[in-house]
Amino acid sequence: MAATSATSPVSPAVNTSPFYGMQLRKFTTRALVTLFACMMLGVYLLPFANMAMVALSTPEQLSQAANESVIPSRPITFTYEGEAYDVYIVPLEDGTTARYALIDPGRRNSDMIDINNPDAGVFEWEGNWRTLTPVREVSFAWENFGIAYEAIDFPRLFGNTLFIAVAGMIGTLLSCIAVAYAFARFPIPGKNILFIILIGTIILPTQVTLIPTYAFFAAIGWTNSWLPLIVPHFFANAYNVFLLRQYFMTLPRELDEAAMIDGAGPFKILLRVIIPQSWPAIIAVAVFHFVWAWNDYFGPLIYLIGKPELHPVSVGVQVFNFQYGPRPELVQATSMMALILPLIIFFLAQRVFMRGVVITGVEK
Amino acid sequence: MAAQDVTAYSSSAAPPRAGTLTMMQRQRRWGIVFLSPWVFGFLVFTLFPMLASLYFSFTNFKIGEPIEFIGLTNWARLFTEQNTSQALFVTFRFALISTPIAIGLPLLMASLLNSKMLVAKPLLRVLFYMPYMVPAVSSIFIWQSFLNGQTGWLNRLLRLIGIADPPNWLFDPTTLTWGLVLLGLWGVGNAMLTMLASMQGVPTELYEAADVDGANTFTKWYRITLPLISPVILYNLVLAVIGLMNYFLPAYVLSNTTRSNPETNFFNLNLYRTAFQFNEMGFASAQAWFIFLIALLLTVVIFGTSNRWVYYSGGDR
Repeated sequence: MAATSATSPVSPAVNTSPFYGMQLRKFTTRALVTLFACMMLGVYLLPFANMAMVALSTPEQLSQAANESVIPSRPITFTYEGEAYDVYIVPLEDGTTARYALIDPGRRNSDMIDINNPDAGVFEWEGNWRTLTPVREVSFAWENFGIAYEAIDFPRLFGNTLFIAVAGMIGTLLSCIAVAYAFARFPIPGKNILFIILIGTIILPTQVTLIPTYAFFAAIGWTNSWLPLIVPHFFANAYNVFLLRQYFMTLPRELDEAAMIDGAGPFKILLRVIIPQSWPAIIAVAVFHFVWAWNDYFGPLIYLIGKPELHPVSVGVQVFNFQYGPRPELVQATSMMALILPLIIFFLAQRVFMRGVVITGVEK
Repeated sequence: MAAQDVTAYSSSAAPPRAGTLTMMQRQRRWGIVFLSPWVFGFLVFTLFPMLASLYFSFTNFKIGEPIEFIGLTNWARLFTEQNTSQALFVTFRFALISTPIAIGLPLLMASLLNSKMLVAKPLLRVLFYMPYMVPAVSSIFIWQSFLNGQTGWLNRLLRLIGIADPPNWLFDPTTLTWGLVLLGLWGVGNAMLTMLASMQGVPTELYEAADVDGANTFTKWYRITLPLISPVILYNLVLAVIGLMNYFLPAYVLSNTTRSNPETNFFNLNLYRTAFQFNEMGFASAQAWFIFLIALLLTVVIFGTSNRWVYYSGGDR
């Protein structure tokens, strides 16, 4: 169809063929659908812009912001003979405007200087300077990030979170790979029932196990340490086992069998045959866990309540923002600092990550 | 879901030999070894705590005090205390408002991203998914700022389009619930992605056949896409309902930054306070089992109605 109209000798301007009309309509529909999607996306992501602009404002800018531009700005000043003066937009008689610095304000007339031509010297301008609009320039308060970084002791929170996340990630990978391997490759009595139980735990609400688990960790003295946040991950979890098992099932068995004939045991087959073929799924699980641990709030909240020095970013940011509620720019700056790393990791690994979400969500 | 059965590894064409059986047993033993982390974890971190919390719900268990069996006292308290019914009301009301959005919004996004007419799909897909990656605590503070009555951009936008007196969302008890609904909009990424993937799996022949019959875009979406992705909608519906029964973090953070408010008295927040502020672990266990049973009941009801609206292609799958 496209080929027909492309080879058509008639120029588009006078083309009345139905193909041309269809292409035009298709183009218009494409433009409209894409425009609608972009507008929807714009509204959906608007809170990000709100966050960034508040995080880059000074408290003064925020206190007067209700009636002003959403982009932080400050008045421009012009230095004349060692002194800084405010700059105003002054309408001229010919309808254009000029930028003059106000040297000596007066009620009826004021002393001004043209900032583009200061050599012409100070002159008198007639009119009330209060009616003039000050010239503002965009000014981002980058120092907010430094202040917030110091105030919440970001390196410590970051280090804590990193340790909890990486240690748990190692546990998740070791245990989930082993369990998924068992489900994918070994003849185990009652395997189907066990697998259904495993999947069932996905929809089990956490609070039904919460109190005995907490009491147990309290009884063995693990509260106020990272152990309750790390050790359980060494015992596999349903989502990740499911994802890995689905992936292992797609790998051809011939390779396992060939390795077995060569005398490889189950461990060697796992290490040499299964794992090297499964990197996309393994990376997806690693990223899932990392993001989950970075995000986890409830666990650290109940287990680390008496040890602020052990807090991860999530709890640290919340505690800080509870104390610094009246400083919205710092609240937004810390929120921004807490989301940067998960977003970077997501963008780097988005392909395997989204594929993993699809496997756990669609293929049941 | 059909797992490989016990004939794995015995499928080779070689005739049965004396060694084959012991080989099977060895395989079985190895399988159990590899499975053991989960079996241990399931017993220690799931099954045992579940049973223990059921037992605790009949006691006045407090950490650091001896346990005393008190029968149905906690359960009776659940049904007589006004706090429970109020928390249930708040939780259910929120779930009723949020569930249609938790399914409808990702369905809209996925349909849009699946459209043949859309340009730059991979980029848009990543950007629509991105908010889901924002840590929950950050997301709450970002939306708190966005929904601020005076300086928040939402209200600036509303004033711009002529709404002179927009609500003070999270700080006004009458609009707080809607503020929380808006705050939840960033949580639909996974639902969107699974619906989209499911839509991409719909056989194109079906759409081609519909084209021959002269069906328009909406008819095709309603008659083909929607039925064929209904299993994924069911899955997301179950997860959404269970998630909403567990709603905690935004309510907790908001009740910390603003004053305590009956509108944020969600069941799970109530449970958290019972357990970790008042150390009434026995009563909290009864609360946990109560909401668990409600979530279970809702799941069963949803699955029970599913054969009326969920379409499974290929028979018993």
